[in-house]
Amino acid sequence: MPLENVRHIVLVLSGKGGVGKSSITTQLALTLSLQGHSVGVLDVDLTGPSIPRFFGIEGKKVRQAPGGWVPVDVHEAQQLKTRHTNGVADGETAAAAPSEEGQKTGGLSCMSLGFILSNRGDAVIWRGPKKTAMVRQFLTDVLWPELDFLLIDTPPGTSDEHISLLETLLKQTTSSARPNQLAGAVVVTTPQAISISDVKKELNFCKKTGVRVLGVVENMAGFVCPNCSECCNIFSKGGGEVMARDFEVPFLGSVPIDPAFVMLIEEGVRPRYPKGTVVEGKAMVEREDGVEGDKEGLLVEKYRECSLAPVFEGIVRRLVEDVRSRD
Amino acid sequence: MAPSLEEPTKVDLNAPLKVAPKLVAPEPEHCPGPESEQAGVADNCAGCPNQKICASAPKGPDPDIPVITERLSSVRHKILVLSGKGGVGKSTFSTMLSHAFASNPSLTVGLMDTDICGPSIPKMMGVEEETIHVSAEGWEPVWVSENLGVMSVQFMLPGRDDAVIWRGAKKNGLIKKFLMEVRWGDMDVLVVDTPPGTSDEHLSVNSFLKTSGVDGAVLVTTPQEVALLDVRKEIDFCRKAKITILGIVENMSGFVCPGCKHESQIFRASTGGAKRLAADEKIPFLGTVPLDPRIGMACDFGESFLDAYPDSPACKAIRHVVRRVGEEMGMQGDVLGDEE
Repeated sequence: MPLENVRHIVLVLSGKGGVGKSSITTQLALTLSLQGHSVGVLDVDLTGPSIPRFFGIEGKKVRQAPGGWVPVDVHEAQQLKTRHTNGVADGETAAAAPSEEGQKTGGLSCMSLGFILSNRGDAVIWRGPKKTAMVRQFLTDVLWPELDFLLIDTPPGTSDEHISLLETLLKQTTSSARPNQLAGAVVVTTPQAISISDVKKELNFCKKTGVRVLGVVENMAGFVCPNCSECCNIFSKGGGEVMARDFEVPFLGSVPIDPAFVMLIEEGVRPRYPKGTVVEGKAMVEREDGVEGDKEGLLVEKYRECSLAPVFEGIVRRLVEDVRSRD
Repeated sequence: MAPSLEEPTKVDLNAPLKVAPKLVAPEPEHCPGPESEQAGVADNCAGCPNQKICASAPKGPDPDIPVITERLSSVRHKILVLSGKGGVGKSTFSTMLSHAFASNPSLTVGLMDTDICGPSIPKMMGVEEETIHVSAEGWEPVWVSENLGVMSVQFMLPGRDDAVIWRGAKKNGLIKKFLMEVRWGDMDVLVVDTPPGTSDEHLSVNSFLKTSGVDGAVLVTTPQEVALLDVRKEIDFCRKAKITILGIVENMSGFVCPGCKHESQIFRASTGGAKRLAADEKIPFLGTVPLDPRIGMACDFGESFLDAYPDSPACKAIRHVVRRVGEEMGMQGDVLGDEE
């Protein structure tokens, strides 16, 4: 059976586009990996795959092996060195698996249509049936290594990709011996009413299809001006929490906008912050004036210094506990 | 089963559509589309349970297309608002484009929402609670003001939080029905808002409107490469489908802190942004719209941002972009009906 190497499958859904599904998927994957789990990411957004870009592996191609496709490795399981700075790493290692050599980090691999296209600018102009077939193939023909978590990043909406994805997954998981394999869905929203109204549709979609909602993440909640440190709620605030309460699903947390994270993804620059920035009780690495941020190192290792890392640490810990408690 | 790494099946974007036959089985993977000229005779059709039905269905153009053309013949300009990426502000921009055109009292403006799974236009226009009126002559759009009419799938849903869980074929049917039934009447500009991506909705809007003539498409993007990546795909789509690109708008570029007036590039244009993309692809660059929290708030409350904050920099930027769109479409005079 395909997916037999995968212990838990988590969907990342949102009715609205551009709320940060891929960005949240990326950060969930990085954080899970930092906590020592092995993670796979499957991108089923066929007409706009962004996962390769997020992990900085755009040039990579999928290899064909007997029996299926080999997903692209972002990094292998390894021990990350603990940084001896005032960075976030200290706190995190204490939380994850503390060891002499460093932080135990799980492997991370990805699969996306972006790896198959010959030219990154090419449009994938497919009608529903072709998309359905591709989604099925992604679920059955990818040779995942042993995974603790498989995150599935979806396109916006509730249409062909979603229907096919759930049809295939529900058929597989209900017939298998592990009914908890499809752990549930993380629903992403931004705080504005416009986004909330679309995401409510997605929550109803989960209800109708019987997928458990693991929780709601509110993304783009607030932006801290790097100059004056005043927090401005560009897309208003609190909408996600209210919606979660209305639908009686857990609220996992608010994620602010962090330009340093955008920089990390877009240019691979190590996140640096103004002096005295403290997030969730942890001091961030200071920005030194006139020094260009360095680009060396693995994405996962640089991400530890991002101000969003502690936020996700909390979200992921809750998720993992929740999923494990149902095993 | 050995997976295939083949290139995507080519969809024939120029073939005229014919009537979709009633199928006995779901369309298979390489289906050329039951409406296509090739239905039932293409190589991929061999062995499909629908083959006979598709092959024997009446050939020739879809009889509904002339109906659509007739309906829309009184609409002078049709603009598609496209973007490969979601959440870059297609609907926001469509709303503002329509409001701006409608601020000229001599223009009648229509706004059609083809995003079926996530329609946001009614909320942004403040007409969420409305329903469609059906008359003998067709469906009446919902009028926001004297000269601004709106049509969306939201008006037909029983509950506004209900998910529309439809596959592509069904969505196409609805879009077609919209185009056939809605009585736009005598209209100067029709703005068509689309969902993200390059799939069913886009293909059908394109093929349904082909004969009635679309002025072109306005592409919306945000400055970061993650969004531009998808917009490039959309440009490729427009080229393949022979849709004229009126130009590209960069939304959410730069955020001015209300506290200290410091401008931050939240969505950093690490690869030169839309301007560079426009130059590379040789398409017109229509302008940039800064990120203003009040735009989002105006949309949440269903108000017109342009009316509420006429002096804000964002408003000026939008009006500039709308003028450029008018120019690109070859509309005579100042489309906004006033001089600044």
